[in-house]
Amino acid sequence: MDLLIEILISLLVVVGGVFGLVGSYGLAKLPDLMTRLHGPTKATTLGVGAVLIASMAFFLWREATLSSHELLITLFLFLTAPITANFIAKSFLHRQVDPRRDLPPTGTDYGWASFDAPPETADDEPNSLSGPRGREG
Amino acid sequence: MITYALVFALACFALGLLLNLYRLAVGPSTADRVLALDTMVINGIALLILYGIITETAVYFEASLLFAMVGFISTVAYCRFILRGDIIE
Repeated sequence: MDLLIEILISLLVVVGGVFGLVGSYGLAKLPDLMTRLHGPTKATTLGVGAVLIASMAFFLWREATLSSHELLITLFLFLTAPITANFIAKSFLHRQVDPRRDLPPTGTDYGWASFDAPPETADDEPNSLSGPRGREG
Repeated sequence: MITYALVFALACFALGLLLNLYRLAVGPSTADRVLALDTMVINGIALLILYGIITETAVYFEASLLFAMVGFISTVAYCRFILRGDIIE
């Protein structure tokens, strides 16, 4: 039984290390920022998640106590990675990309949401009863 | 067996830190550098957790939790600064 747990923990640690390395390598190698975002947000988060699960299993096996700190860290990292990626992508879009020249047309009267204000419709009016929920009834 | 796996993972994350440092130095845009710093924080958390497994103490969990929070907040603040020129409007 001990051997089985050791194999499981070692496997998780090795998988975490490989994923972390792949994420950082992607950050260094990929050609521009929008592709570079994929490495850290997916691979590195998965690698840290595997390491945290390994740590949880290790302390459960050694000291027979289930610590909630790893779960907290995992939850926090998994929640914040997409937010960080969204912020970085948005700042990149506003600094480096010309919306008239670099982006494809949206096919409507209005531009991309990050650059143009959203179109005003009847649903947006304050105190309006004809919202999406009221229209169904 | 766990020791070898831990050494392997430590080497992987340390190499990852070096690759992040390369991206931090080369750039080319500010958003790239912010992304590299954010990834460095995540790799540092992994290193702390692995070191905690090696020394078999639970002391480093609080440190890594603080690291995660400070890293997230600093990344968001830097992005706001790039976008708006100000952090708290």
